[in-house]
Amino acid sequence: MKLKNKDLLGLENLDKKEIQLIMDTAGPFKEIFTRSIKKVPALRGRTVVLLFYEPSTRTKNSFELAAKRLSADTLNVPVSTSSVVKGESLIDTVKTIEAMKADFVIIRHGMAGAAEIVSRAIKSSVINAGDGAHEHPTQGLLDLFTIREKKGKIKGLKVTIIGDILHSRVARSNIWGLKKMGAEVRVCAPATLIPKEIETMGVEVFYNLNKALKDTDVIYTLRIQLERQKEHLLPSLREYTEFYGVTNERLKYAKEDCLVMHPGPMNRGVEIFGEVADGKRSVILDQVTNGIAIRMAVLYLLAGNKQMNNRD
Amino acid sequence: MVFYEKKIIMNKAEIDRTIKRMAYEIVEKNYGVDGLVIIGIQNRGVPLANRIVSKIKEMESVDVPVGILDITLYRDDLNSAVDQPIVRETKIPFNIDQKKIVLVDDVLFTGRTIRAALDELIDFGRPKLIRLAVLIDRGNREFPIQPDFVGKVFPASSKELVCVELKEVDKNERVVLKEIKETGE
Repeated sequence: MKLKNKDLLGLENLDKKEIQLIMDTAGPFKEIFTRSIKKVPALRGRTVVLLFYEPSTRTKNSFELAAKRLSADTLNVPVSTSSVVKGESLIDTVKTIEAMKADFVIIRHGMAGAAEIVSRAIKSSVINAGDGAHEHPTQGLLDLFTIREKKGKIKGLKVTIIGDILHSRVARSNIWGLKKMGAEVRVCAPATLIPKEIETMGVEVFYNLNKALKDTDVIYTLRIQLERQKEHLLPSLREYTEFYGVTNERLKYAKEDCLVMHPGPMNRGVEIFGEVADGKRSVILDQVTNGIAIRMAVLYLLAGNKQMNNRD
Repeated sequence: MVFYEKKIIMNKAEIDRTIKRMAYEIVEKNYGVDGLVIIGIQNRGVPLANRIVSKIKEMESVDVPVGILDITLYRDDLNSAVDQPIVRETKIPFNIDQKKIVLVDDVLFTGRTIRAALDELIDFGRPKLIRLAVLIDRGNREFPIQPDFVGKVFPASSKELVCVELKEVDKNERVVLKEIKETGE
């Protein structure tokens, strides 16, 4: 079985079978991390270019390690010192990268749809590492994988996503993925951080956290960006924390064996408290480990795609 | 491609007797079970490895360590494989340094799988030696690789397919020769 497209742009474009294939492939990759030589030759000779227009350490490091553990060569394009600051357009930048015979372009950009535009301009395989508030597919996949690993299934679980849904590509990718895999998804935030018509994605909206947490199997906390207060979307961070911060006390409203997840980086004491982040229900560090396995699976599966191998 | 069944090469009883004989040969050539480990190659080398281990247990009353090796990520045909192979589990829950490994697979053909398996095993450590056991050797080697323990030598042509079917993974328990059906189109 293969993935249909040469690119991974979002979970909206993947079907359930493809999501399952990626998760099933990621499982065996985790075993490689336990070896003394954490590297396999599957992508030897392939070139992976990391093009990040927004700051990122976690996702970029994770992709870079994933590529290296598959024996691919990686090239970081530091946008702040590259020709981008001289005014080069996005398309020109990626066409230049393609002309250097890159097999994969992993792109993060502040504009929704940037990865898709790039994917149409070049024949290299494009992986979206976050485009504006649109999607962050590998994050969504690693979250699904972590839930399935810990709970043994996704179908029928109640997942509550808490925080800045409005600006969150992580929330969008998770909602697409969770709904496709048959989970029940709730979102919970102050009304200013809930996008209009989010219900059309098949989620239930809550403004009261205690109510949202009832019978929840998975609590997914999102990072609250400190700038949101300046945009007048929040009266104060303290007030947000008071109503939406996840504490041990709050966990009592959810199921006893619920998981707590966070895509990182965390604002401890704002959206999540240390007692929860470091507590026994937290799988936040599992998410990090699983992220590399998922990204290896995506790179490996895309490398086997026909369009990728018949480019010239 | 459509295949039709041409001939049964081995039946259930023959498979069982052959595995038993191979288990004896392995212990004989190893002068006992000291340092011996068995590693099965995914997919059908795994049940074969388990069966060899249980035969050794019957005769020597010792549990020989058994591992699973998936060679997908060490293949040389990622660009050309028509259908991308599924990555399966690798599980070697012991240190292979200084061990005497018997690698087990169902059919030996071009030798490319074994090449990949050797490369992968070397990444796990430095075994004292690696030997190869296969249920069927069908010839047509493309690499200089030879088995140490063979269930049956059965030369087959490139149009033919030698399928080992084991009850752990398949409906049947047999080795069957298949050939591509010429549809005449």
